[in-house]
Amino acid sequence: MLTTMISNGSMLHTDSLIHYTLHLADNALILSQRNSEWCGHGPVLEQDIAITNISLDLLGQARNFYQYAAILIGGTASEDKLAYHRNENEFKNCLLAEQPKGDWAVTILRQFIFSAYQYLLYRQLAKSTDHQLAAIASKAVKEVTYHLRWSSEWVIRLGDGTAESHARMVNAIQDLWMFTGELFLPAPYETEIQNQGIITGVEKLQQEWITTIENTFSEATLALPTDTGWMQTGGKTGRHTEYLGRILAELQYMQRIYPNCEW
Amino acid sequence: MDADTIQIKAAWKILEQVADPEVPVLTVIDLGIIRHIDIVEHRLQITITPTYTGCPAMDVMSMGIRMALLENGFKHIEIKQVLSPAWTTDWMSESGKQKLKAYGIAPPNTTQAVCTPQSFQQEESIQCPLCNSYHTQLISQFGSTACKALYKCDDCKEPFDYFKCH
Repeated sequence: MLTTMISNGSMLHTDSLIHYTLHLADNALILSQRNSEWCGHGPVLEQDIAITNISLDLLGQARNFYQYAAILIGGTASEDKLAYHRNENEFKNCLLAEQPKGDWAVTILRQFIFSAYQYLLYRQLAKSTDHQLAAIASKAVKEVTYHLRWSSEWVIRLGDGTAESHARMVNAIQDLWMFTGELFLPAPYETEIQNQGIITGVEKLQQEWITTIENTFSEATLALPTDTGWMQTGGKTGRHTEYLGRILAELQYMQRIYPNCEW
Repeated sequence: MDADTIQIKAAWKILEQVADPEVPVLTVIDLGIIRHIDIVEHRLQITITPTYTGCPAMDVMSMGIRMALLENGFKHIEIKQVLSPAWTTDWMSESGKQKLKAYGIAPPNTTQAVCTPQSFQQEESIQCPLCNSYHTQLISQFGSTACKALYKCDDCKEPFDYFKCH
């Protein structure tokens, strides 16, 4: 559907900007949906509220990016159609966002890895020559600051906690580390708008990101994986793990059964 | 004063009646989300900025603004949302902060020095809105709504919400 919408007239350089905006929106939407699975299931009430608050912030970011993408696409495109009517292979979120919520350690580690990345990314994006992306990012970075602080504290609490919580964090690192490489590997549409001077480029963020991770891990008595090994990629260009389809099956259910229904 | 200025003044006055649905003691003016009111080609244009990007109260407030203006005779109303410059708790009015405190919510500190990602930092001296003690502790950075954190007073032992700096 999106391909048709895009081919209706936009110029090529806008296509990359649309893809990039959707990539940012999809990251936020999919992680929001994942975190919302904790609603009513958090380990304690305060943390249940915290993780779902983070979900809500991410959903707000996703809406802003989808609204902007809809304007760029033009025609009948809308934030709802972009979220609910696209198929799995049209989603451009990183693989990290779609991984199952796992136990509390997996959720915490993923949020920490992702918030550390998003914090640097949004700070950089706030200086973009694209004014709308810059405005969305400078607004969202304030929220992400709280997410990063909260998730760092939990990484430390669990890593430097009991033998059980430490072991679970070690497992979580083993499960998720292979999805971190993709964050800093630009997709073709990113490279293109980078060449146009719209964004600075994700690969420049990696060093600072690693420093953030390292500092928190060392306080948490957790080891940074030394074997960077084989990194999973593909999400940014629509090649996903099996988990995305299942998220969309739930997320898009109503719109698939009653297309364009409103309430 | 020309007719436009009179209308704009009247609109500001009307918006003083529109409350935040989640913190009903605050009006949209107290919150500082109304950035401009203009008359553009005979239409009343209200420019608002969201507090938190995902705050569900924004849609309700936007509707509340439209309803209040319609009830008071304005016909052509356009509500425009801008994201930049990003909303900050510094835009909350002084009377808004006092109303919050009277309502039992600690108002945001003006200093933004602690809005950083550093772990385990406490905001300086959040005063208990009930007994005025500064002997308080953070329970959770995330509270009952996007804009609040949960605190506890070590003196009067009451839990309370803090409208966190943003």
